[in-house]
Amino acid sequence: MHLTFVDYSIIVIYFAFVLGIGFALRGRMKTSEDFFLSGRSIPGWITGLAFMSANLGALEVMGHAANAAKYGMFVNHFYWLGAMPAMCFVGVFMMPFYYGSKARSVPEFLKLRYNEKTRTLNAFSFAVLTLLVSGIDLYAMAILFQRMLNWPFWSSVVASAAVVAIYIYLGGLTSSIYNEVLQFFLIVFGFLPLAILGLKEVGGFAGLERSLPNPGYAHTWANIWDPSQNPMGINWVGTIFGLGFVLSFGYWCTDFLVVQRAMAAKDMPAAQRTPLIAAVPKMFFPLLIILPGLVAISLDPSLTKFLDGRYDNAIPALLGRYYPSGLLGIGLTALLASFMSGMAGNVTAFNTVWTYDIYQTHINPGKSESHYLKMGRLATVFAVAVGIVTAFIVLKFTNLMDYLQLLFAFFNAPLFATFLLGMFWKRATPNAAFCGLLSGILGAAGHYTLYHYKVINYPSDMAANFYQAIYAFSICFLVTVVVSLFTAPKKDEELVGLVYALTPKPCTSHLPWYDRPGVLAIGILALCLVLNIIFW
Amino acid sequence: MGLDIRWPIGIIFTLYGLILIVFGALTDAAIFERSLGVNIDLWWGVAMLVFGFFMGGLALRASRRNRP
Repeated sequence: MHLTFVDYSIIVIYFAFVLGIGFALRGRMKTSEDFFLSGRSIPGWITGLAFMSANLGALEVMGHAANAAKYGMFVNHFYWLGAMPAMCFVGVFMMPFYYGSKARSVPEFLKLRYNEKTRTLNAFSFAVLTLLVSGIDLYAMAILFQRMLNWPFWSSVVASAAVVAIYIYLGGLTSSIYNEVLQFFLIVFGFLPLAILGLKEVGGFAGLERSLPNPGYAHTWANIWDPSQNPMGINWVGTIFGLGFVLSFGYWCTDFLVVQRAMAAKDMPAAQRTPLIAAVPKMFFPLLIILPGLVAISLDPSLTKFLDGRYDNAIPALLGRYYPSGLLGIGLTALLASFMSGMAGNVTAFNTVWTYDIYQTHINPGKSESHYLKMGRLATVFAVAVGIVTAFIVLKFTNLMDYLQLLFAFFNAPLFATFLLGMFWKRATPNAAFCGLLSGILGAAGHYTLYHYKVINYPSDMAANFYQAIYAFSICFLVTVVVSLFTAPKKDEELVGLVYALTPKPCTSHLPWYDRPGVLAIGILALCLVLNIIFW
Repeated sequence: MGLDIRWPIGIIFTLYGLILIVFGALTDAAIFERSLGVNIDLWWGVAMLVFGFFMGGLALRASRRNRP
């Protein structure tokens, strides 16, 4: 595949715009809250699209297309069983605490609800997770450009990471969010022709269904009761509880990467609407991501024609196959945009947790606003630099998507139990939360060791991840409950605004019906149910 | 708010739309064999241009409303 002048121009224009947005916002960064939380001033539709886009890293796009080629429509569960209910839940039930408590980060919420120890444990594990993930994303993008265009690995890593660092350094979270909105539309317009041309070649949905290598690939639910028939080899317990409940809720409800976008919203209704607005495009993303994966595998079932033996090639190979000069520039820009939005999400989440929850809390408290603003900028550069180094380390590993889900199963799964108990059970005590979270992470580590040394076995790595999430969650949940019963809880007055039973419900009766979070959530879930039935 | 994000989105999509339309209209049809014989540059350029105008229009309306 080679690029012509017009493709290069399109890519250069894109870089000019993302940097331009950073420069335009430079003057507005006065306090650390401007830098880390956009001064809580952004309308809901913008934070909503940014919420969606921060999750759309290169690995998400290429990884799920690869999964679709490997496992078929079963992968729809990541969207319709996992993301949809979790996004509705975080918008309707959890945002009142996150936004209402005025916490500046997820770890800070844990400090308000529990104690300093719990916050610090979470802040450190989250900081490590984010740096690793941003390195993986960087790696995924660089390897792609190396394979497609013969750009040297290091130059594409350094160049694109530098662009991300510059626009966050200048405009903080606002710059990241605004660019994510632009990137969101570029991703949609860059990938949609793949689905259109792909469907045209295989002869529409009917043609696709006929040409898939395994009839089970055309169904989301039909093979769930019989693990031997579904391509991932996983039963309904692992799917519904592991993926649908623990992993998805753990990610969407507690990962600061996404929650931070909602915290930047201008008021409570906008914060609550953020994940709900994001859920609408997310629901249709299988069209953009899973469909090309299915087209790729039906055109090349033996992986020998153009996939080169790798499922990961699904999206890049189709780009090369269908896109002429011109549109190719748009498609590559979409890939760059998706990588940058994911990377920027990680970097902004990291610099906030580092500055507020680690630096300001433990290293250097009581300094001026401008001091923390400066620290945030330094942390941005540091995060990007560590990301680059991690990318070179990851170069030695294979199986990235499994690695990523493994990290989530380590850190996010137990954390969700801590939050669930914290928000809905006022008896949960600070010490119990710490013990629970720690044993959840250790439990995940233990499970991983047993699996790694083949003491326990699963049909696929993905199945192992789902079960690891279930164990980590359950251990954290049980330990927190048991220890709570033997330790002293916080007083009720300290928990107002942090626990469901002690918090006044946000009043929505002044809003028109279509703006009420509950109504939106019901509408989204109903539409999602229809999609599940159509693609049963 | 200092910057209405709909402006940059409107402008970049208009620009990309125009580039694709001009390139698609002037280029030899042979390169569209890979896109199944469809002049996808031209058609997708039109789609991006329309979206660019739509976003720009929204931004314009908002700026007029704020400064009557």
